[in-house]
Amino acid sequence: MEHQLDYQHVEQSARLHRKIADAITYVLLAVWALIVLFPFYWMVLTSVKSYGSYNAEYTPSFFTLTPTLENYRDAFTTVPLARYLANTVLFTAATTAIMLVVITLAAFAFARLQFRGKNLLFTFFLSLMMIPNELVVITNFVTITNLDLRNTFAGLILPSVTSIFYIYLLKENFEQVPDELYRAAKVDGTSDLKYLWKVMIPICRPTLVTIAILKVIECWNSYVWPRLITDDPNYYLVSNGIQEIRENGFGRENIPAMMAAVVVISVPLIILFLIFRKKIMAGVSRGGTKG
Amino acid sequence: MNIVLQNLTKKFPGHGRKAAEEVVAVNDFTFEIPDGKLVGLLGPSGCGKSTTLNLICGLIRPSSGQIFFGSQDVTSLPPEHRGVGMVFQNYALYPHLTVLQNILFPLQNLKGKNRPSKAEMQKRALDAAKLVQIEELMERKPGELSGGQQQRVAIARALVKMPHVLLLDEPLSNLDARLRLQTREEIRKIQKATGITTIFVTHDQDEAMSISDQIVVMKAGVIQQIGKPQEVYDNPANLFVARFLGTPPINLFAGTVRDSKLYLGTNCVLDAPGIPDQEVWAGVRPEGFLLQPDGPLICQLTGIEVMGRDISVVSTHPACQAAAIRSIIGSDTRVDTSQPTVRFALKPGKVFLFRKDTEERLACQLR
Amino acid sequence: METNNRKGWLYLLPAILFLGFFMVYPLIDVFIYSFEEGYNSASQTYFGVGTYNYSYVLHDPYFIQAVKNTFLLVIITVPVSTGLALLISVGLSSIRPLRNLFQTIYFLPYVTNTLAVGLVFMILFQKTPYTDGLVNLILHWFGAGPVDFIDGPYWAKMFVLCFYTIWVVMPFKVLILTSALASVNQNYYNAARVDGTSRLRIFLRITLPIISPTVFYLIITGFIGAFKAYSDAVALFGTNLNAAEMNTIVGYVYDMLYGDSGGYPSYASAAAILLFAIILTITSINLLISRKHVHYTN
Repeated sequence: MEHQLDYQHVEQSARLHRKIADAITYVLLAVWALIVLFPFYWMVLTSVKSYGSYNAEYTPSFFTLTPTLENYRDAFTTVPLARYLANTVLFTAATTAIMLVVITLAAFAFARLQFRGKNLLFTFFLSLMMIPNELVVITNFVTITNLDLRNTFAGLILPSVTSIFYIYLLKENFEQVPDELYRAAKVDGTSDLKYLWKVMIPICRPTLVTIAILKVIECWNSYVWPRLITDDPNYYLVSNGIQEIRENGFGRENIPAMMAAVVVISVPLIILFLIFRKKIMAGVSRGGTKG
Repeated sequence: MNIVLQNLTKKFPGHGRKAAEEVVAVNDFTFEIPDGKLVGLLGPSGCGKSTTLNLICGLIRPSSGQIFFGSQDVTSLPPEHRGVGMVFQNYALYPHLTVLQNILFPLQNLKGKNRPSKAEMQKRALDAAKLVQIEELMERKPGELSGGQQQRVAIARALVKMPHVLLLDEPLSNLDARLRLQTREEIRKIQKATGITTIFVTHDQDEAMSISDQIVVMKAGVIQQIGKPQEVYDNPANLFVARFLGTPPINLFAGTVRDSKLYLGTNCVLDAPGIPDQEVWAGVRPEGFLLQPDGPLICQLTGIEVMGRDISVVSTHPACQAAAIRSIIGSDTRVDTSQPTVRFALKPGKVFLFRKDTEERLACQLR
Repeated sequence: METNNRKGWLYLLPAILFLGFFMVYPLIDVFIYSFEEGYNSASQTYFGVGTYNYSYVLHDPYFIQAVKNTFLLVIITVPVSTGLALLISVGLSSIRPLRNLFQTIYFLPYVTNTLAVGLVFMILFQKTPYTDGLVNLILHWFGAGPVDFIDGPYWAKMFVLCFYTIWVVMPFKVLILTSALASVNQNYYNAARVDGTSRLRIFLRITLPIISPTVFYLIITGFIGAFKAYSDAVALFGTNLNAAEMNTIVGYVYDMLYGDSGGYPSYASAAAILLFAIILTITSINLLISRKHVHYTN
């Protein structure tokens, strides 16, 4: 009987431990979620405070009772935010589209075609993956300047339309398509290009979509290269635009308008993320890098 | 220590949206495992046998019912306080630890006055290793061992803390056929040597039959039959048990009982006194056939397969439910393969009748 | 399968052209630049060949400052972010309800524009004549005095930079670690539970060694990423990082190349190569250390 009580005690304390551990876990996770979300909240909150009321707050207030969309109007009228957005959309779309063509052709050649020097070339490609962008950006800057391509879309786009990593990823995916399909297509007299277009691309569409989304994110957030290559605000992308706004735009004090601009350029990607959440997270865990 | 399961039930919430669709993995189990015996939980995959094992070791909690170890109710006791040793299906050996570190691991978890000294731990680890004959492998990592060796390490790790109960989840399924035979003998030997009450789970009836003191046949969360392997084999409680046990499997015929006689098709094969007229399932063990020139069961001969000690006669019969009848006869019997038909008499003890509707065994004395 | 040399190379032509032009050639060229002394970008002429560019860079106080900043950033953010990510991932893996929600939230910074959200951090931390800012308000609650984190003392600026960097790199680390934890065979945990292993011991003796290749991968990529830090600093302190004493090595490279102090591709090249040498060395050291401590399963 004494033993029985002992068992009950053991059981209760185990359950208590478990509960305490769970509670601590949730608190920890909630704190980090708060740290992650708070800047977003603050950015939206500030963007709907009027200029006057924001500057009147010596002690920042955590909410506002009189939200205004005034700042959003300012963001589009006082600074060329619409132009920055348009530039970025154009840059992102063009870079992603050209890259998809380039890497699809390359991945197909590596995965399906037979030619001399294939393995050597592929190894060489892989070894290029280790080269940091910082090392090649200097010459590229000089090259683009010498070609007179500064402040043009060509200059912005061309250096970033290949990605060895994505070629690698796509090649792996292409290789999973059974050989028999290729042989069958050959027997039917299908050309390689038609086979690629009609068979490979539809089968590997999920991977292509993932790559496209990751590239869009990368393009939307790119800062260094556009900053080097453009000094004409007509060609600014959102990252440079926001930097320009910060240093010369509304004047340093119009923080609400600045935050409105920040909201506007952040929202498209957040929407993209919420739509393609699973795809993006799976894609990134397969080999995206940041930081 | 004997183990008693009392009305043990485990329900899992169903997948998908409808929470109402529960899966009953273990349904109202009541049985006792006697002290020091080796018991096999047997059933097809998904029948709830692994769930039962996990309930006994405490990794999952039952929905209702109780588990007793000896006189103690351990139903809601966490696994570490139950004193069970468990061998997992894929062994779950920690890949980064050596064999010795793996075996020491459970001992190093002990705290306070229960914690043995360093030297004592080493000694116990070595004893456990010796028991399963892996003492030369102590410094290797699991990745460098064969499947059979990993299996032994897993058993040693389960035994080192001197459990009251040893649980084995599909202990042989990852081994190749030859090693399986050898390892199951070894498990039997170790169990005999230690005298620990042992429960193991398997879907392979051969395995269960060969080494268990007692088998528990399960289907869809319900116990079908409990008993000594030979008893269960010779006396299946229902059609499922009869079909599940035995290789080659039992031959199943659609039969009729008319005027206390059993007909398979048009062949009147046996007397079935005391059974009312009805349609039945008749199961005949492969060894229940006797080759006789004037035997009542007339089958179309397909061919024979010589298996050394025995001969397997393959034939067909209109009432047979499978594509072929397999009957095993001694190799000293001659089969005339030039004849299109073959005639059998049936051994009454190897023929079981089951009700067509419930598939329960029809108790009767066939002649 | 038939061999068709021309066709294979034809399909690869665009990729080869782009890579050759924007990757292979520049890689060779950057070394040449770094040894050309007195290069003039307007006339594209130089005086001689030698190591003067390296010695100039190594003696430039701005470069020294950048190296100091970068090393501090690396030493602080890599261990802190990896440890924190480990903690969060373990927490995330041990819960069921709300797990997806938390995961989604934690990933958000990955898809946001570093420059844009940097501005939000700036206004949260900045102290201006009009307001002390939110962080100072919170500090005030705890009785700490107002500090200008953006234009104030060095340690405060470094703190914000580290904080923001960690905020930015966490999504990737949490994601990778969570999926590594999810792939640990549940049976290891069951075995450990049956043997009465405490939570801490399970984590230290089982989980951590099994996911050690992933942790190590994150440490290596973390080091490389942190050494290349730049846009986080720009986001917080503006483009004139030298004036803010917050420049990084990469920032120094770009400043040498372009901008108010730019026009010196040779110095930029020398600095970039020095950075690459540092990264290579640190990565090699990491690899050496890992041999002892990382368990690779075959």
